[in-house]
Amino acid sequence: MRLSCPLCGPRDRREFYYYGSDDYLNRPHSDPQADASSGGWSDAWEDYLHLRDNPAGRLRDLWYHEGGCGAWLAVTRDTSTHQVFDVALVVDLKGKAGS
Amino acid sequence: MVSLIAKHALSGQAPLALQDLHFQIEDLGPITSIAPFNGQESALNAVLEAGHGLRFPVPNTSTQQAVAKLLWSGRGQAFLVGVAPDARLAAHAAVTDQSDGWVTLGLEGARAEAVLARLVAVDLRLTACPVGASLRAQVQHIPALIHRAAPQVFHIMVMRSFGQSAWHEVSEAMRGVAAR
Repeated sequence: MRLSCPLCGPRDRREFYYYGSDDYLNRPHSDPQADASSGGWSDAWEDYLHLRDNPAGRLRDLWYHEGGCGAWLAVTRDTSTHQVFDVALVVDLKGKAGS
Repeated sequence: MVSLIAKHALSGQAPLALQDLHFQIEDLGPITSIAPFNGQESALNAVLEAGHGLRFPVPNTSTQQAVAKLLWSGRGQAFLVGVAPDARLAAHAAVTDQSDGWVTLGLEGARAEAVLARLVAVDLRLTACPVGASLRAQVQHIPALIHRAAPQVFHIMVMRSFGQSAWHEVSEAMRGVAAR
């Protein structure tokens, strides 16, 4: 498996460290007032920490290019065909809806 | 006041010459990492031009002005080598002295590419990696910055603590290539 780093170009999978689903990009907002009554827990945090899709198909997850440029990458790939559709810099996704 | 003595990570390491291949420790002078602050890239470029005659390199390349070089070293970061940084850079970028943190090894020879092909999973042939190229890759499993200084000269920069291991890996690969 090879990933095309947007900065370094196509590189071997062993240069990359796997982090997990791109759900980690959507950290729930903390609301101090609501947290005071709920103890800081909410369904949103439950989802963020524990609930993951497990699709046979397209999925986006996070990888770190530790053997290269040190960038965090969002990789869109297919778990059944192993095709890699897109590799994007996480820093470029910041502020975009759904990311 | 205690006077500290600077000691190279590979002090006492003699150069290694095998046939046309030559391997030695390089002294690039000061090494400073330059990491532009958000949105400061063009302001930083203006200061770099004025102070050093350099522009911030695009990924996998470097820029050079006499002995001063700016080597791309990762996302949003480049290493200024050869000269002390202009003080005005600090207004637009995180400027950090790395001089003692890195070891630079120089590998020279017509078969330098063949040596590195045994260690680095990136195409380093001249067509894919022209003179001036500066890229991050692993030498075996050692994170490194590889800079092509001339058609037959590579500078391999590794973190100081990996100096001995990197020397060992490259010199073993040299022996392998020389034995063929």
